[in-house]
Amino acid sequence: MSIGRTRAIALNGVSGTIVDIEVDIASGLPAMVLVGLPDASLGEAKDRVRSALTNSGFTVPPNRVTVNLSPASLPKQGSGFDLGIALAVLAGSGVVPAESVAQCVHLGELALDGRVRPVSGVLPAVVAARESGAQSVMVPWGNRAEAELVPGIRVLPVASLRQGAALHGAEVGEHNIEPLVPSPTTAAPVDDRDLSDVVGQPEVVEALIVAAAGGHHTFMLGSPGAGKTMLAERLVSILPELSPEHALEVTSVASLSTLAAVDTLITRPPFEAPHHTATAVSIIGGGSGVIRPGAVSRASRGVLFLDEAPEFSPAVLDALRQPLESGVIAIHRARQVAQFPAHLQLVLAANPCPCGNAGDPSAECTCTPDRRRRYLGRLSGPILDRIDIHIPVRRVTRARFLDPGEPRITTAEARARVVDARAAAHSRWGESRPPANDLRAGRYRLDRRSVAPLDSALDRGALSMRGYDRALRIAWTIADLAGASSPTLDHVGRALYLRQGVTT
Amino acid sequence: MAHKDVLGQWGESVAAEYLVTEGYRVIDRRWRCARGEIDLIAQREGLLAFVEVKTRRSLKFGHPLEAITPAKFSRLRILAGEWCRSVSHTNGLIRIDAIGIVGDGVSVLSLDHRVGVIA
Repeated sequence: MSIGRTRAIALNGVSGTIVDIEVDIASGLPAMVLVGLPDASLGEAKDRVRSALTNSGFTVPPNRVTVNLSPASLPKQGSGFDLGIALAVLAGSGVVPAESVAQCVHLGELALDGRVRPVSGVLPAVVAARESGAQSVMVPWGNRAEAELVPGIRVLPVASLRQGAALHGAEVGEHNIEPLVPSPTTAAPVDDRDLSDVVGQPEVVEALIVAAAGGHHTFMLGSPGAGKTMLAERLVSILPELSPEHALEVTSVASLSTLAAVDTLITRPPFEAPHHTATAVSIIGGGSGVIRPGAVSRASRGVLFLDEAPEFSPAVLDALRQPLESGVIAIHRARQVAQFPAHLQLVLAANPCPCGNAGDPSAECTCTPDRRRRYLGRLSGPILDRIDIHIPVRRVTRARFLDPGEPRITTAEARARVVDARAAAHSRWGESRPPANDLRAGRYRLDRRSVAPLDSALDRGALSMRGYDRALRIAWTIADLAGASSPTLDHVGRALYLRQGVTT
Repeated sequence: MAHKDVLGQWGESVAAEYLVTEGYRVIDRRWRCARGEIDLIAQREGLLAFVEVKTRRSLKFGHPLEAITPAKFSRLRILAGEWCRSVSHTNGLIRIDAIGIVGDGVSVLSLDHRVGVIA
């Protein structure tokens, strides 16, 4: 009899697929049938849509209403299809101009009184709508700030179904309704942690700046109370601002992880510090039904800090190997594959032994050698091999923190150096860093005298081939920080020290 | 007779008259058996239609056809079989229809005939 059409977005990971909503109003007993692999919350859409239509002053057609979500084989979740279904029903029954409804992408959950509730994941959905070539997207009023972060598409925020129908040109009377808004975001606490708080550890601060400048994974080993956590928290503060592209990526992941309002682009790199009881799914991402991003994705373009790293389950740590290499994480389920970004900088912290006193001249270690070996042995070789910088963090002695002449680097100064070093690396190498072969023997090969410390370490067997390459990369970062055009013998020597500073 | 039954009977006569004008022959009305009742049984060109009639005074509590729930519909299917057995109707096409009437017992506001419904 009559067909109404419109479009919505099904999210899978941070990528969205256009879903065509078709509504057929046919002869038959009054009923609403929803087909096209809906999950439970989407299957209940028919009851919400029916109530919302009635309470908005529209009549639900007393016919058999078949709603098809196409592609029918793609699993769809969530309540974001309600608004599209309701407007397609109205288009099919001739209340709203069908042409206008068909061209627009609709996102939003309906309340029973006809108001439009905010949904999660609006940002990636609007990005997907724009990629699909849609000109306009209708979003819940409460999500308008988030949707408007995406340039190049017209955003139509609506507070109610009636308002949505009116925007498409339906003749509905004047009405005022209080829009539903999401729970407000808790204002991000002002980060007053400054790098200058760190006293008596100049060589560790310097290593941290190298890690920030090169995005090198870092491992800090030291006694309890030496300041490992304090240092890790300050690493993220000296990272440069996110580029617009990365900011959109980080905000998209945040939008998927929360039901609270996302109203501004996140421009600072994220910092995630999961507790060591975390499961593999919470770190990697997953979950039944909707696949949700894990800590590696929430920390993408920022820092993932694993405090007390040996306490993490070995399976969780080893699950990090693949995302560390590739920068993305693909989560496979029987019916779907979701991809999330995982471009993170990993920072591990550990005590040298269970009692924490090993290597500390002022305290005695009570652990047996075997216990000590087993403790750090929980960090598998492949994981440690991927860590570029190993920093020993020692307890600060009184003489050092009382020294007034010691220079202290503030966060602002450190960030400026990191920004300059990254700019230098970018102007030399562009977006992607050169392959290891180019650094070792190709275009960027250093003269033999400069790499002598590395060569001898390799010959002695103290350095693996991967370790050699990593040390070379650190040397280039140190040269960039120093403003040199290429690493000198001194830079290479310091790189080797950072790579091998901890012998486990 | 209860008020609602008077309205229901009036609705059935309206539906029967309507079916006649559509070229049907009404062959049974309010056929009963132990499992329930069929409002109308009509025939046209060898096709047998079992018709459920629902009448309401207004649309205030929804469309009359909304009262035909999936449970009610499946009972109609069973009753249709019972009727066929009782008259030894073993071949030929059968169909289940629904007619929804809005009216006050005197004049008809609307009449909806749904042909071959499925639940």
